[in-house]
Amino acid sequence: MVSICAILLGFVAGAVLMMTSSSNPLSGFMYLFQGGLKGVSRFCNTLAYAVPLMLTGLSVSFAFQTGLFNIGAPGQMLIGGIFATSLALTLDMPRVVMLAIVISAAIAGGTLWGAIPGLLKAKFNVNEVVSGIMLNWIAYWIVYITISDNFKSATIDTESQAIPGAASLREPFLTRLTGGSNLNLGILIALIATALVVFILAKTVMGYEMKAVGFNSSAAEYGGINVAKNAILAMAISGALSGLAGLTFYMGYSNNMRIGIMPSQGFDGIAVALLANSNPIGVLLSAFFFAILQTGKGFMNAMMPIPPEIADTIIAVIIYFAAASKLIEINMDRIKGFVLRRMGKAKAKKGGQ
Amino acid sequence: MWQTIEQMAPYAVGYTIPILAAALGGLFSERSGIINIGLEGLMVVGSFVGGISVYYFGPSMGNLRAAWLGILLAMAAGILFSVLHAFASINLGANQTISGTAINLLAGALVLYISRRFVGTGNIVVNSMTRVDIPLGKDIPIIGSLFLTDTYPTTWFVLAILLIGWYVIEKTPFGLRLRACGEYPEAADAAGINVARIRYAGVLISGALAGLGGAIYTVTTAGQSNGSVDGLGFLALAGLIFGQWRTFRVLAAMLFFGFAVTLAQISMLLPSFASIPPLALKVFPYVVTLLALVVFSKSSQAPRAEGREFAYKKN
Repeated sequence: MVSICAILLGFVAGAVLMMTSSSNPLSGFMYLFQGGLKGVSRFCNTLAYAVPLMLTGLSVSFAFQTGLFNIGAPGQMLIGGIFATSLALTLDMPRVVMLAIVISAAIAGGTLWGAIPGLLKAKFNVNEVVSGIMLNWIAYWIVYITISDNFKSATIDTESQAIPGAASLREPFLTRLTGGSNLNLGILIALIATALVVFILAKTVMGYEMKAVGFNSSAAEYGGINVAKNAILAMAISGALSGLAGLTFYMGYSNNMRIGIMPSQGFDGIAVALLANSNPIGVLLSAFFFAILQTGKGFMNAMMPIPPEIADTIIAVIIYFAAASKLIEINMDRIKGFVLRRMGKAKAKKGGQ
Repeated sequence: MWQTIEQMAPYAVGYTIPILAAALGGLFSERSGIINIGLEGLMVVGSFVGGISVYYFGPSMGNLRAAWLGILLAMAAGILFSVLHAFASINLGANQTISGTAINLLAGALVLYISRRFVGTGNIVVNSMTRVDIPLGKDIPIIGSLFLTDTYPTTWFVLAILLIGWYVIEKTPFGLRLRACGEYPEAADAAGINVARIRYAGVLISGALAGLGGAIYTVTTAGQSNGSVDGLGFLALAGLIFGQWRTFRVLAAMLFFGFAVTLAQISMLLPSFASIPPLALKVFPYVVTLLALVVFSKSSQAPRAEGREFAYKKN
């Protein structure tokens, strides 16, 4: 309910901004949603864009469960992506083997990059937000230099060579079926990962311990749960999910790695997780919602003089109000109270007659 | 070697000053007990307001005066924007990390939106301030050649704020109250201090100083405003921890950082660094910060009430 109100407030802010562009907000939103949803190909492209968001959203939510803030998702995407890309561009094996290799590589890279801030937090009390940011930049330069030294594309300096078909998540059959969209096997990875996360959190001892740590770490410690171990584990799993997000982004949605860019999906994962209130199924929905805004903005920009950053502004406003949920709760209580009083009065009147 | 350091110094100081301003802002906010991850976004706002001021007023009133006007306007804009964070964290008890993240997202997007809508481009290029030598000062041995040659006027402005900031935090009643709210707000409250008001002051000052840092970044080293300050706000946060929330230690941490980054940037041009792999140089500042965090975080002297919930009195 709070999420829905936050979304509405985000759209109100978007509408106000559109009006400053002297554009009709209604047609603005219409183009925004048409750009994201109209036709099989657009819809599937949006779905393909949503896949990395689903995975980073899951990643951030998972860390949230133990009370940790994983702002290092972009770095984990980069490292997962570069591990997978390097292997895809050097090895030459049958498709099934290749897919297994790149998936494992992305998980390994992301796990490594996620475990570091977890370890630093658990052993040295280092703030995971600041260490996450530092690791993002370290990953950025590792990718930059690895690609420009070893895997640079022959034509464009800021891109890697294209991923060979055997290792790519793109499946010619799926592409044809969806009218040439970018939809790829990544969607399966995202769904399987969601199911696994739900299972871990709901059915395993590990998930129970993690939730206990997130809920009240002192009480968990007193109850015999190893808080440090759980922090590292949670960040490692969170990192693995972001590593997979990197795989689905660089080797599915796109088919090479561009350098000199911090993947924005990593930060958007925070927004996805917040809007979903860290609920894994909610993550799927909110990722798709944000993907509509992100893929529709280009179409809207082409049809009307509204800068595409409107989508990011709406997302940011939604997050602000999701964080300030108390504001919404207070006002909803007020409205509820008001309505109830009105109804009470109406009843009393009826009774009097 | 000495000559290298001498040549590097103006660039290192130029790089340091914007993050130092933002870090000082973070100091005020965090010493009052409010974590401000939004420094990055507040710097973006400042960078945009600074840039757009030079863009609009530069032709009529001269670049230097427009830059100073832009700096003042950026501080005001930073204050306005930080109200969002103060309101969410103080009045609504929101998670301060999340609220700060929202500020970062919002600043980047909104600034680009406005810039594209009203200026027509997402990238406003401005003429940088000219560097000046300090008369007499530049002849002093060592210090003169390191810090008093080729300086931006804004450097002296920020250093003055540093001194004032130190005095305010450590020596005035307001500073005492600020620190009390950051350490033990219940006690401050019992002593009759309005915790909410003091924390508002802390956050708004951080907005002003982060805005200042962003504007200085645009009108000195960056020379453009493009909706991003390349993570400087987060470096400021790291510097705050590295400097253990103490004014002069923060200065030292930031200067160290400035020299490390500048070294990484210019190392390609120096024959003595040719043997070091470029990756090592590029990640050097970040790795060093991580190591510093490892060393300093265990015995952290962070304000004790930082980020914690507190039941404010209703007025």
